[in-house]
Amino acid sequence: MEFKDYYNIMGVERDATQDEIKRAYRKLARKYHPDVSKEADAEQRFKEVGEAYEVLKDPEKRAAYDQLGANWQAGQDFRPPPDWDQGFEFHGGGFTDADAAGFSDFFESLFGRGFSQGGGRRTGFSARGEDTHAKVLIDLEDAYHGATRGVTLRHTELGPDGRPRVQERTLNVRIPKGVRQGQHIRLSGQGGAGMGQGEAGDLYLEIEFRPHPLYHVEGKDVVMELPVAPWEPALGATVKVPMPTGAVDLKIPPGSGNRRKLRLKGRGIPAATPGDLYVVLNVVLPPADSEAAKAAYRQMEQALAFDPRAHMGG
Amino acid sequence: MAGDVLSLMTGEVLEDVELTLGELCRRCGVPAEHVFELVEQGVAEPVGRDPGVWRFRGVSVYRVRCALRLERDLGVNAAGAALALDLLEELERLRVRRWRLED
Repeated sequence: MEFKDYYNIMGVERDATQDEIKRAYRKLARKYHPDVSKEADAEQRFKEVGEAYEVLKDPEKRAAYDQLGANWQAGQDFRPPPDWDQGFEFHGGGFTDADAAGFSDFFESLFGRGFSQGGGRRTGFSARGEDTHAKVLIDLEDAYHGATRGVTLRHTELGPDGRPRVQERTLNVRIPKGVRQGQHIRLSGQGGAGMGQGEAGDLYLEIEFRPHPLYHVEGKDVVMELPVAPWEPALGATVKVPMPTGAVDLKIPPGSGNRRKLRLKGRGIPAATPGDLYVVLNVVLPPADSEAAKAAYRQMEQALAFDPRAHMGG
Repeated sequence: MAGDVLSLMTGEVLEDVELTLGELCRRCGVPAEHVFELVEQGVAEPVGRDPGVWRFRGVSVYRVRCALRLERDLGVNAAGAALALDLLEELERLRVRRWRLED
C-alpha cells in the first residue's frame, strides 16, 4: 500500500502547531468540499484532506504517525512495522467523528482495526442503510412520452477475501412523463443495505437530458433553433419543423426578424400546465458561390438601399 | 439478479411530492430540533402554521442534507450553511447563464 504524506496533503510543515493544522484544514475543506467546489477531483481531494486531518488534529494519532519517521515519501510502498502502535494509548476509537468509509488502506492499516476495538463497535446495532445517488441520462423525447430506462450502477463492496471489488447492477426504471432536468426520482429501499435490523436506504436518480443537437430545455420550456433562409421570415412561409412529438407545419409570419421567438403554447414538456416550445429563427445566408447567386445579391444591394449600420452613427 | 433486471421500478419524483416534518427528518437522518433550526434560517420553507401540519417541498431533502454536510464538514452554523446554500444556488444560475451566452 502507498505511504500517505499527511503533512504534504495539508500543506503544513511537520512541526506545525495544532492551530496551524486546523486553519489549513478549514481552508482546504472549503476549497474542496464537494458541495462547493466544481473541480473534477474535488471529492477525492476532500476525502484525502479529511483523512489527513483526522490523523493530524488528534495529538495521539499524530504522535503515532510521526514516529513512523520523516523519511517516507508519498506513494512509496508501505507496510506498518510490527507492533508499531505499541505504547500509544488512543482514546475514543479510531474513527472519531469523521466519516471513515472513504479513508485509504494506509489509514486503515495504521488506525483501523485496533481502533475500532477501543471505540467499541456495538454488536446488535441497527442502522438504516445510507441513501445513494446516481445520474440518469434520458432523451428529451422520454420526458414527452415517458419511458423505461436501464440504469447501470456501480458500487464498491468487500468481497469474501476482504478486498474491495466493484459490483454492477442494472435497474429497470420507469421515467415518468413530464420529468424535467435536475429532478430526482426516489426509489425506496434501493440504496445501501441497512445494518442489523435497519432497513435499506433509498436511491435517488437525478434526471439529466442528453445534449440534443436541436433543442435545449429551460425548466419545462423547450427552445429550438430553426435555421431559415432570409426570405422565409421576410415574406412569411410555412416550414416543416421536427418536434419531439413529430413534425409539424410552422407558420412564420411575414416581416419576422432574425432571432424572433415563436411560441408554441403547451408544446413544451407535459405537465398540469405544460411548458411552451419556443422556436428561435436563425437566418442563414445562402452562399454566394455561383454567378447566379452573386447576381441575386447584387440585385438585392441595388433594390434595397439597406444599411445595417445606420444606427451606429458612422 | 436476473429477476432484478427484469422487474420495472417506479419511483416518485422528489420535486412533485410534499413531505411532513417527520418524513423530512427521516430522509435526512436528523432530529426535528435540527430541522427547526434550519427552517428558522430559511434552508427549508414549509407551508403551514405549526410543525404538526408543516408541508415541505420534496427538494427540501436536498437543501437540508447539503446544509447538514456543510455544518459537519466546514464547521459553519445553520445561518452560515443557509448563506452558503443561497450563494451556491446563485452561482449555479450564473454558471448556466454564462454557458448560454457562450453558446
